[in-house]
Amino acid sequence: MKKALEILNLNVWFGEEPNRVDAVKSVSFAIKQGDSFGLVGESGSGKSTVLRAITGLVPNWSGDILVDQKQLGAKRDRAFYKTVQMVFQDPYASLHPRHTVDRVLSETLQLHGFGDIDTKIPKLLDDVGLSAAFRFRYPHQLSGGQRQRVAIARALAPEPEILLLDEPTSALDVSVQAEILNLLCDLRAEHNLTYVMVSHDLAVVGHMCDEVAVMQHGAVVEMMTVDKMRQQQADHPYSKHLLESSARYRA
Amino acid sequence: MSNLVDVENLWVRFPTRTGLFDAVRGVSFSLGKERLGIVGESGSGKSMTGRALLRLIRKPGIVEADRMQILGHDVMSLPEKEMRKLRGRDISMVMQDPKYSLNPVMRVGEQIVETLSIHEKVDKKLARQKALEMLEAVVIRDPERVYDAYPHELSGGMGQRVMIAMMLIANPKILIADEPTSALDVSVQIQVLEIMDKLVRERGMGLIFISHDLRLVSNFCDRILIMYGGRIVEICESGKLDQATHPYTRGLLNSMPQLDHKNERLEVLNRDPAWRDQESVSGLL
Repeated sequence: MKKALEILNLNVWFGEEPNRVDAVKSVSFAIKQGDSFGLVGESGSGKSTVLRAITGLVPNWSGDILVDQKQLGAKRDRAFYKTVQMVFQDPYASLHPRHTVDRVLSETLQLHGFGDIDTKIPKLLDDVGLSAAFRFRYPHQLSGGQRQRVAIARALAPEPEILLLDEPTSALDVSVQAEILNLLCDLRAEHNLTYVMVSHDLAVVGHMCDEVAVMQHGAVVEMMTVDKMRQQQADHPYSKHLLESSARYRA
Repeated sequence: MSNLVDVENLWVRFPTRTGLFDAVRGVSFSLGKERLGIVGESGSGKSMTGRALLRLIRKPGIVEADRMQILGHDVMSLPEKEMRKLRGRDISMVMQDPKYSLNPVMRVGEQIVETLSIHEKVDKKLARQKALEMLEAVVIRDPERVYDAYPHELSGGMGQRVMIAMMLIANPKILIADEPTSALDVSVQIQVLEIMDKLVRERGMGLIFISHDLRLVSNFCDRILIMYGGRIVEICESGKLDQATHPYTRGLLNSMPQLDHKNERLEVLNRDPAWRDQESVSGLL
């Protein structure tokens, strides 16, 4: 299987010396097409910054990012955004409050040069389990779960191959989280998507992913398969600590 | 009267353009010297119940109850001045997010001392001493430094511990914790909860723990009220969570992904409109 996404020696920093902060330190991983990869760690461990670096949302980075075996430059072109899309953590903040669902989706479709928008939008809404009645609603007329569905529909609009998921359910209630996680699983199977998922919740990552990287202080301290994680078999002391607190929390 | 708190038939209402909205609908419960959990999803009325108890519901919100007593005081009729004395000294509340609940332009130590000096006359030096001891009790390694720090200089976990210190320094008999750790990382969550749990137990306080996380609450409470649509739908002993019968409680339990084994699909909660109309279960002791 070919590699959908490969990251080699990624470094991200903010600020200049002497105030320079290294948020991500030589992180490398590769994801095969159709796989689902998880990044876990505490707040400040740099897991979200890795996703932001991939989408080109951070100014200073070094290393190699390869999408479909093509090297990314300093600027992301339209072809990149057609391949890679991101779903953000907080659906209350990531949707424009004065744009209707229709406008959010049609803008994305127009940007990527799709015609026939009128038939595409109901199809997209249907994909994420919303009826066509939601098309002309504003975000404040939607619940948190419905908003996140709209955010996912927007990410799906350009028919991407890779979805970057930044804590897609941490702002939602558990029962709504279950709906969104099920939806994401279905979409991955239907559209043969590749996922990179960031979460602090090990159970969520375990449910969604095949392989997991544990991050601490900007570096990946351990890579493990989800099976290993389920059996609490971590090698690095930090991942052990993380697994233990998670297990105790769930007990 | 041995119960710390008694609430009978509590209603919280808010006027809206389309008429009165009932956030809490006829809830009854009491708190003994125990750890009581209130669990529900957003909008279930759990936080409003906690706030109503401290009389923190602002106008135009309407609070009605047949009886609402804290340590024998009638909360419904107590003058505001008396109520203010009650808050902090007898009953206090830890809020969800330290970022929004601490005064950003006041040193942490001064904020802790303020709680103390409002309720009793204390010598400045002694107050500082007490605040430092309290910071130590919540396992802050360097209390002297934290005392002089501003809230923005602290991490989320430290901020939350400072809040707990602040709430416990006047030795209240009841602590209400409203999602005290939802803003924190898993590994810090456990630490903060264990500190809170230890202090509450050592001091023989009553705890009302409000959270959306059923499993977490079952770890730290003796009795759990499960709320849905402003009512209590079920009451569980914490050890007997697996024997819960209400479909909502079961749904909450089953919709969570598990770390130790894989479910191909997560169970999705089908909300039955009938749940909203069921009689509220009484949690009175």
